[in-house]
Amino acid sequence: MPLTAEKIEQDLLYPIFHTSVKYWIAVGIASCLVLAGVAAFGYQLYTGIGVWGINSPVFWAFDITNFVFWIGISHAGTLISAILRLCNATWRRPVTRCAEAITVFAILIGGIIPLCHIGRPWLAFWMIPYPNQRFIWPNFRSPLAWDFFAISTYLTGSTIFLYLPTIPDFASVRDAATGIRKKIYRVLALGWQGTPRQWQRLEIAMHIMAIAIVPVAVSVHTIVSWDFAMTLVPMWHSSIFGPYFVVGAIFSGIAALMLAMALLRKFLHLEEYLKPTHFDNLGKLLLTMSLLWFYFTFAERMTTWYGNAPSEMTVFWTTIRQQFAPFFWIMVFCNFLIPVPILAVKRFRTITGTAIASCAIVVGMWLERFLIIIPALDHKYLPYSWGHYRPTWVEDTLMAAGFGAMALLYLLFTKFVPMISIWEMKVGLQPHGGIPVSTPEGEHYGLVLEGPLPLDEMR
Amino acid sequence: MSHKWAMVVDLDRCTGCEACVVACHAENNIPTAGEDQAARGRAMHWIRVERSWEGDFPNPQIRFQPVLCQQCDDAPCEPVCPTYASYHTSEGLNGQAYNRCIGTRFCANACPYNVRFFNFYNPTWDLPLNLQLNPDVSLRSVGVMEKCTFCVQRIKSAEIQAEAEKREMKDGDFTTACAQSCASKALVFGDLNDPNSEVSRLERSSRATKLLGELGTKPNVTYLERGTWQDATNG
Repeated sequence: MPLTAEKIEQDLLYPIFHTSVKYWIAVGIASCLVLAGVAAFGYQLYTGIGVWGINSPVFWAFDITNFVFWIGISHAGTLISAILRLCNATWRRPVTRCAEAITVFAILIGGIIPLCHIGRPWLAFWMIPYPNQRFIWPNFRSPLAWDFFAISTYLTGSTIFLYLPTIPDFASVRDAATGIRKKIYRVLALGWQGTPRQWQRLEIAMHIMAIAIVPVAVSVHTIVSWDFAMTLVPMWHSSIFGPYFVVGAIFSGIAALMLAMALLRKFLHLEEYLKPTHFDNLGKLLLTMSLLWFYFTFAERMTTWYGNAPSEMTVFWTTIRQQFAPFFWIMVFCNFLIPVPILAVKRFRTITGTAIASCAIVVGMWLERFLIIIPALDHKYLPYSWGHYRPTWVEDTLMAAGFGAMALLYLLFTKFVPMISIWEMKVGLQPHGGIPVSTPEGEHYGLVLEGPLPLDEMR
Repeated sequence: MSHKWAMVVDLDRCTGCEACVVACHAENNIPTAGEDQAARGRAMHWIRVERSWEGDFPNPQIRFQPVLCQQCDDAPCEPVCPTYASYHTSEGLNGQAYNRCIGTRFCANACPYNVRFFNFYNPTWDLPLNLQLNPDVSLRSVGVMEKCTFCVQRIKSAEIQAEAEKREMKDGDFTTACAQSCASKALVFGDLNDPNSEVSRLERSSRATKLLGELGTKPNVTYLERGTWQDATNG
């Protein structure tokens, strides 16, 4: 049965009005993980952060690894979806919503971690430049202060970027719902009627956001990398870190997106929307990022090796052939040796194939962040003060809670919002294929929620 | 006259007795981490004596090196603090405002000397050791970074004393707890802005080096070293 406007609406609204037992089980498991994390954090607050495995000199470990990991994952959505929108890539339509949702939730998780990791979390608000009697401001020279602004900007921007194209879909849910649900969605839809003027404004707003969010996304992960690169720590103090982190972020982000798409496709029965061609296209993008990642890693290692500075070589050899070597080679395996053959050969670039590659990449990119942070910190200059790090159950639980929170937020999102943009799918049905049409009121996609579009009249 | 506080550590004199470590603990209310925590890498010593040796018995080449906060002029720990808890004082000290510290631990990562210490738990003292705490030094709570202050409480009280006596501070008015307790006079503290102070004189020595000087942190702690003690005894 070919897609029609009615079928699209019916299919994509179905998960919002129908809940399966499997869904509740998944929500239950994810909630347990989150609750365990909350309990572990409570224990840490009560006892002191000493319940973590961090020590002197490894003052940052799992906490910041997970922070960088989640902020990296957040580069899936907004950036990819913004670029695809700006390029007018019409195949993007079923992909953008689930990508943008990953972004918002990943930044939320990534943004909470630093608040939990500081020694006195109850004073975290000192990062905010609020007027006070003592005239004390945050230190604007500190990369952590930049982080604060970058991440809050990115969170705000990507939330707006997620919300804007959802407005017409909230209106669809509103029209289909009854009772209290109708009232809630009436508020969320912001009075959407689908008039040409509203479409035009939405188009303009989305266009502005799509352009604005790209530099924000790039700057966020550059600034995250500067948390490391702005110090004198061996193997951290490197100008390659900015672009290296951005590439790694997009890499892990696309992998997470493809995993989420594969799961959504299976469990929400979206086979007619998320087609093999989407996985094929994104697979090619993932292949490019895998090659880029390898290029950056190679360039970073090669210049360090030739520079042969003793302090840097200490860290270099710890990662390549001493105690961290297993992790390093697993990382190379996961980020390059597994994905490249799968993604480069058309026969393997299937949904299963890309899902396997994505799993490997998510693991590999987590290890990459771990390998950037820990070996450098515990082999810093003076050998007498070298240390070693072993995580405790509190850190393990908090890390699991991060993944649980992602699953929970995503699960809940599927229940409240159509995971594929209904109106954009409908635009795709139009003969003009979603290219903006001109009307006396300006350019817009010209979609009316009820029924097919009277294109000729509008022209 | 403004001051530039500095220390000279004469490695040719250091016997590695660690009296400086004990004195520092007593003066600055530094909690003892305990066996368990120390094994986990959480020992807290604002000054530590690094031991290194080359070769085996009967001819080991032993070397002691007291390492404390180098009070760098271009301190890597200062610009990275998001709340200005680590800051530069007008007298060249790397200050740490405990009350302002939220515990990001960024300063400790940025410090190439690993001389910043973190309170992983609220510090405790077994009774009656709490009665011997120094009232001039504040106690640090959980989640706060701390470090060598060059005994800033002694600097301040000497300044107040000199002001009360309506005179300039002079070399030897006071010294830090570590330097005071150093039996072999390996640690010398003083004002570099006073060209006649002992620390100024020693700093000009041909034996003077800086720890990790190549990093450009411009430390205010100078190390004097000619060679190993075997070199010294052999002639």
